[in-house]
Amino acid sequence: MAKLPLPKEEYLYRGHAACPGCGAPLAMRYTMKALGPRVIMNVPAGCTPVIGGVWPRTAFKFDMMDHAFESTGAVSSGIRAALDAKGIEDATVLGWAGDGGTVDIGLQALSGAVDRGTDFIYVMMDNEAYMNTGIQCSGSTPIGAWTTTTPLGKKCEIILQRKKKIMEMMVANGIVYGATVNVAYPEDFVKRVRKATEYEGPKFIHALSPCAPGWRVDTAKTVEVARLATQTNMFPLYEVQGNEYRLTKTIKERKPVSEYLKTQGRFRRISEDMAIKIQAMVDEEYEELLRKVEQSKG
Amino acid sequence: MIEIITSNYAAAYAAKLSRVEVIAAYPITPQTSISEKLAELVDTGEMDAKYIKVESEHSAMAAVIGASYVGARTFTATSSQGLALMHENLIWAAGVNRPIVMPVAARALSGPWTIWSDHSDVISERDAGWMQFFCENNQETLDMTIMAYKIAEDREIMTPAMVIEDGFILSHTVEAVDMPSQEEVDDFLPPFDPEFKIDFKSEPRRYAGVLAPDWWQEHRYRRMLDMEHSKEKIVEVERDFERRFGRSYGGLVEFYRCDDADVALVIAGAPTGTAKDVVDEMRDRGKKVGLVKLRSFRPFPGEELVKLNDMVSMVGVFDKSYTMGQGGAFFQEIRNALYSPDGVPIKNYIGGLGGRDVTKKNIELIFEDLLSLSKKGKVDRIIDWVALKGGPRRWE
Ligand SMILES: Cc1ncc(C[n+]2csc(CCOP(=O)(O)OP(=O)(O)O)c2C)c(N)n1
Repeated sequence: MAKLPLPKEEYLYRGHAACPGCGAPLAMRYTMKALGPRVIMNVPAGCTPVIGGVWPRTAFKFDMMDHAFESTGAVSSGIRAALDAKGIEDATVLGWAGDGGTVDIGLQALSGAVDRGTDFIYVMMDNEAYMNTGIQCSGSTPIGAWTTTTPLGKKCEIILQRKKKIMEMMVANGIVYGATVNVAYPEDFVKRVRKATEYEGPKFIHALSPCAPGWRVDTAKTVEVARLATQTNMFPLYEVQGNEYRLTKTIKERKPVSEYLKTQGRFRRISEDMAIKIQAMVDEEYEELLRKVEQSKG
Repeated sequence: MIEIITSNYAAAYAAKLSRVEVIAAYPITPQTSISEKLAELVDTGEMDAKYIKVESEHSAMAAVIGASYVGARTFTATSSQGLALMHENLIWAAGVNRPIVMPVAARALSGPWTIWSDHSDVISERDAGWMQFFCENNQETLDMTIMAYKIAEDREIMTPAMVIEDGFILSHTVEAVDMPSQEEVDDFLPPFDPEFKIDFKSEPRRYAGVLAPDWWQEHRYRRMLDMEHSKEKIVEVERDFERRFGRSYGGLVEFYRCDDADVALVIAGAPTGTAKDVVDEMRDRGKKVGLVKLRSFRPFPGEELVKLNDMVSMVGVFDKSYTMGQGGAFFQEIRNALYSPDGVPIKNYIGGLGGRDVTKKNIELIFEDLLSLSKKGKVDRIIDWVALKGGPRRWE
């Protein structure tokens, strides 16, 4: 197997408390490999604080502070202001939150931080539900997915929401750089995060990170399933500089969405009709993305 | 130098004199002019600080918590709904020992809408783990804000502090304030130098992570010790302040003309000034009344207040807020502290809610009530609402 051109340094100790098959430690390892040790990471409620273990031990080999659920953007602004006041110039402020902590409860603080032009990197670790509280639907849960609050019972009314278009919101909000990344593509992941450090101002990284128990997949299949998300265009990889879009991974042979849906128990109750609708929606959104990419070239 | 300024400006200048490094603020009446003044001072370069224009009070508190971890001296200010919105992060700040100083222009909590003064916002946060200092006038707002940093940042305490100024009554009223020089304040207040901070000089740490049941109780116990220990520190810092600046306030509580008093009224914040005048006037008429100014509600000065058992024959407590329990919060806790089988009888007066004036007449009637009760030797009704429309005739 070819050797990955990734930095060797590891910033996670052995013995972290993530579930088997969790994508988050991968996302965190890649992020930290890209950023190096002069990082202050701030984290709200979610899986990550648990992954770090309990006091007095920590699984993280970098400075990290925990804070209240909806505060990631604001805490990041505070850390940045203090670093500026102290004349510490070479440290990266890294806000790291789950999808719920980003697209729902933390959206206001994140939007404020972007609006203020805070010089920081925000990573949204997207496992597509409130996983720490036990798989409840978030604004980033995909259409048709089972969660404990979208139980797919008799009425099936509450499963028709689609993922909030957080990247679009962030672009409109004024980020200087944004990228979608996927734990199945580590080199690309590291490249994007590293690229983010080249810009001054607010940067937004949307990282897809499967949750084996939440997605109802075999713990050995995390990377495989994550890769399928990109191969089916469910989660295309692209970057945005200002408002110029560029695909960072082109899929030569797009796979049908149904192949992705099949791999996960959370989609088990999706009907044929529904699968067709989801395919149409994914195609439409991908077309829209391609249009933006084309426009950016022109 | 004497300046004629509002209490809000006194708070802003105190932040400047304290060399605050990071400010995060969000407007709310009647606090707004603190954040405006600071924005101006930062903008003109008179003050060397980073000003974070946050999008809410919840975020203001989050931002200063973050900044404090990097070792910056931080400041924010708020009032009423803003304080309530901060609630979660107030508890967080105290729980993780961030010595943030925050003036609060005390105001009633809505709804329906109200913008006027009482203490219900700060009383609602009495269990947030913050020190709470009530100010009588604009000078005290300035002095207390500076002192609050010295107390809060002590390595044995590391506890945030609210400096409470009654909304409008102090926040918007100009008074003569003696402004110390920057050199004098620098000499009094050393730079913030916490034991633990993120400066990349030590091994990486995790701050405020998960505390399991085998340690949480000990953590709370430590916080209790921090708060208890702050009592000595408050007195010590104030003595030092008096030595340097010539002004003193009496530590946790000020006993005003209580020595030979028959009855005493415990009161906090702006009404204290009014009440002191009433005491003086009644004393001129030979009435033996005294006043107890509650300066610090957190830490709670139980040991100081219990002295009242031996000093007077009847105690009144004035609450400028109401708690839906038995009486106001001051009353509940003071009665607790004073309780003993032969403790002094004690009565609660609720008044000044939502901007209702606390007049000299009100206070005089309270003292008259206390004097007549002291003759009877017992309290008739435990809780009385002062000057309530449709209330007992005696207030008309
Ligand atoms: C104000 C507040 N509301 C609710 C919670 C409970 N809570 C803790 S973690 C969490 C879900 C987090 O989900 P997400 O942000 O998607 O991160 P993940 O757990 O998936 O990593 C919730 C709802 C909280 N801690 N604070």
